[in-house]
Amino acid sequence: MSRFSKNGGREMPEMNTSSLPDLIFTILFFFMIVTSMREVTLKVKFTVPAGTELEKLEKKSAVSFIYVGPPTDQLRATMGSGTRIQLNDRFAEPKEVMDFIAEERTTMTDQAAQTVSLKIDEKTQMGYVIDIKEVLRKSWALKINYSATRRN
Amino acid sequence: MAKKKRGVPGINASSTADISFILLIFFLVTTSMDTDMGLARRLPPPPEKEQEDAEIDVKERNVLNVMINSRGDLMVNREPFDIAQLRTRAKEFIDNRENRSNLPEKHMKYIEMLGNCAITDKHVISVQSDRGTPYNVYFQVQNELVAAYNELRDELGKAKFGRPYAALNDEQQVAIRTYYPQKISEAEPKTYGGKK
Repeated sequence: MSRFSKNGGREMPEMNTSSLPDLIFTILFFFMIVTSMREVTLKVKFTVPAGTELEKLEKKSAVSFIYVGPPTDQLRATMGSGTRIQLNDRFAEPKEVMDFIAEERTTMTDQAAQTVSLKIDEKTQMGYVIDIKEVLRKSWALKINYSATRRN
Repeated sequence: MAKKKRGVPGINASSTADISFILLIFFLVTTSMDTDMGLARRLPPPPEKEQEDAEIDVKERNVLNVMINSRGDLMVNREPFDIAQLRTRAKEFIDNRENRSNLPEKHMKYIEMLGNCAITDKHVISVQSDRGTPYNVYFQVQNELVAAYNELRDELGKAKFGRPYAALNDEQQVAIRTYYPQKISEAEPKTYGGKK
């Protein structure tokens, strides 16, 4: 009927998507390399203080984390609302920090660079912090980092 | 023997993209890109047995005593103090520009790249906190003290090399660090203001 109708084999060729999986795998590997897995489930709540003179935490592989704060809402019934210390996936006493540090140290390749990042709730009483620092001194983990957020 | 060659049918790979997408999204969700920030400090090495009671003799003018009580109030050299002024006070103390007799004594020292300078290398800032002090106050005090050092180093960097401390090369940074060595000591905790 119309002279413009094209019904003779002039179809849009389908795009070749065989390289799509490779592309996405590349993105996936990129993300796997640049990011770090969230390793522990937090059992304590904490709001870190805000500061201005912050430095970036480098060498993620040589960093151990110590979390201090009151237990999360789900755990409050069993653990109470007092300040607790969390090492890896469990609650601990200050003196257990020494074993924790020694254990962490054996897994590190660069042991001299070992840094302990203290993620402490801003309302914590200094007594807990002082105890932890004493133990850290005794176990020769002298590089510490008081975790904080940036403030202007 | 005269078998016909059987062609292996190709596996349908169209779902690989979906599978890898799911993996990608899983990794995006479980990982954290945020860089951890914090105030880096260095603890003193553990005391050795013999050294334990041997107090290092420091002249009074060389010490800035910062005390924080269990309510989070500040005391500098036994006088109540406001944290907002701590940075200025600490800068004045570390620098002692006018060479006053109640501020740290100055010593002549030869520093590479800076020449002979009179520096207050014997000064100590001592931070003492109570067991009941809120961590936030302690952190803010530390932050202000580090800020005082950083500001002084930046000022010196700009005056001598025309650039702030962070933009200098390693040698220049070492020189400035020798000029303003960071000396924040954390004394053993004591209980102020009664037991809790």
